[in-house]
Amino acid sequence: MALDAVFRDHWGRVLAVLVGVLGDIELAEEAAAEAFAIAAERWPRDGEPPNPIGWLVTTARNRAIDQIRRRQVLAAKAKLLARDLEVLPEAAMHDSATATIPDERLELIFMCCHPALALDAQVALTLRTLGGLSTEEIALAYLVPFDTMSKRLTRAKHKIRDAGIPFALPPEHQLQERLAAVLAVVYLIFNEGWGGGRIDLAAEAIRLGRALANLMPGESEVLALLALMLLGDARRAARVREGQVVPLDDQDRSLWNERQIAEGRHFLQTAKTREHVGPYVAQAMIAELHLHQPRDWPQIAALYETLVRQTGSPIVEMNRAIAIAEIHGPEAGLALLDALELDHYRYFHSTYAELLRRAGRHDDAQHAYQRALDLAQTDPERRFLRDRLGELNPRD
Amino acid sequence: MQYALLAYGRSDTLRAATAPIDDTTAAVLARPYVTGWVRLHADESATTLRKSEGKTLLTDGPFIDSKEYLAGLIIIEADDLDGALAVAHELQDVRSGGALEVRPVIEGMFRGA
Repeated sequence: MALDAVFRDHWGRVLAVLVGVLGDIELAEEAAAEAFAIAAERWPRDGEPPNPIGWLVTTARNRAIDQIRRRQVLAAKAKLLARDLEVLPEAAMHDSATATIPDERLELIFMCCHPALALDAQVALTLRTLGGLSTEEIALAYLVPFDTMSKRLTRAKHKIRDAGIPFALPPEHQLQERLAAVLAVVYLIFNEGWGGGRIDLAAEAIRLGRALANLMPGESEVLALLALMLLGDARRAARVREGQVVPLDDQDRSLWNERQIAEGRHFLQTAKTREHVGPYVAQAMIAELHLHQPRDWPQIAALYETLVRQTGSPIVEMNRAIAIAEIHGPEAGLALLDALELDHYRYFHSTYAELLRRAGRHDDAQHAYQRALDLAQTDPERRFLRDRLGELNPRD
Repeated sequence: MQYALLAYGRSDTLRAATAPIDDTTAAVLARPYVTGWVRLHADESATTLRKSEGKTLLTDGPFIDSKEYLAGLIIIEADDLDGALAVAHELQDVRSGGALEVRPVIEGMFRGA
């Protein structure tokens, strides 16, 4: 089922309300899908109702009641549920333009990103429930067979039901930790978006980021993640030229999306006025600094140092090494890289190769470029690396 | 909802497993939301029954042989998984090691023990 953007914005809202009322994500999803199918047929003919979300919730709720009544086996339980359903706020029953439907998408995303679920299941569920992507689209995006993705989603939904994963906001003392898990899922989706699959996951992640920023405008990390994604995505058109990755310094700046950059800077500014510098604030600040020419490498290095302390991530340390190489020369950067164990990370080898090349150690550089090429995952990356190898070895 | 906390221990820490329950653990087990618990003897004490070609066969030892063994079972009452995980955290903090597996209970009955 293909839903347009407006429809998909409604999907998360409607599904969240239904999960809250029905307490069963599978039933809620079936009922919502039916309601959307009816809407797709009727709205173009009869016009959109004044309160589309109210209409969809009411229609889905009626479908769910029918569905529960059909399940004779669970007769006793069904009666109970059907009774609960009838107390759904009056507002949801009418198509009046003034009725307000509660927005429970936060409860939904915290449920989908619960740490008791496997990370790949959290990602798939979030795209399905909040993002409104179909199972088929998610399967396409992650290059797995439809059946695999369908099973992954079903299994996750069953775990939510059977294990009693709550449809609720986490308690105050767990909020930051659980929010970090939600943001990690969104950022993971965004980073998959660079992979060049058939579904625009980067755009999906930005949509999710916008929804979260609307729902939690007081959380600086939420705003910073949105800023980080907007600033990164703004350079999308300039990132690949003639099928080859273009390094930042060689990018055609007229291709950058200025509106998106302005928007990213706005969110970053708001995020920075809040208390401490969290990991996404630091990353967004770095992304913003990278847009300036010449780049402020000492400040970039300092922010990476903050990030290393917060995350302990060797990949962040690798990025710090790049900044250090810009300030103190390639050998200083190489010294930091030598201490890292990132042999399986493809960008480690391309970074290492680049610094070796700048240090004039061409034989070592060739070896490292070759290793990066072996690990490369997209054609634009491969073309870039082959080009670099060719420059080092003009005989080829 | 009811949840079962399956307490796993390592077979090589057997002596600790048969020692009396320490006070901190006992305090947690005495909480009202703990509705039942059992401690189990180690794997060597297990006998496993399984059906094979219509006959029930007995074997000496546990069904799943591993370095870890099921050392105990604690039944608790909690609103949802987060509530159950909070109790599990509390218990795991006072245990000397091993792991706790949290499982939702379908139904059950505890008498005596």
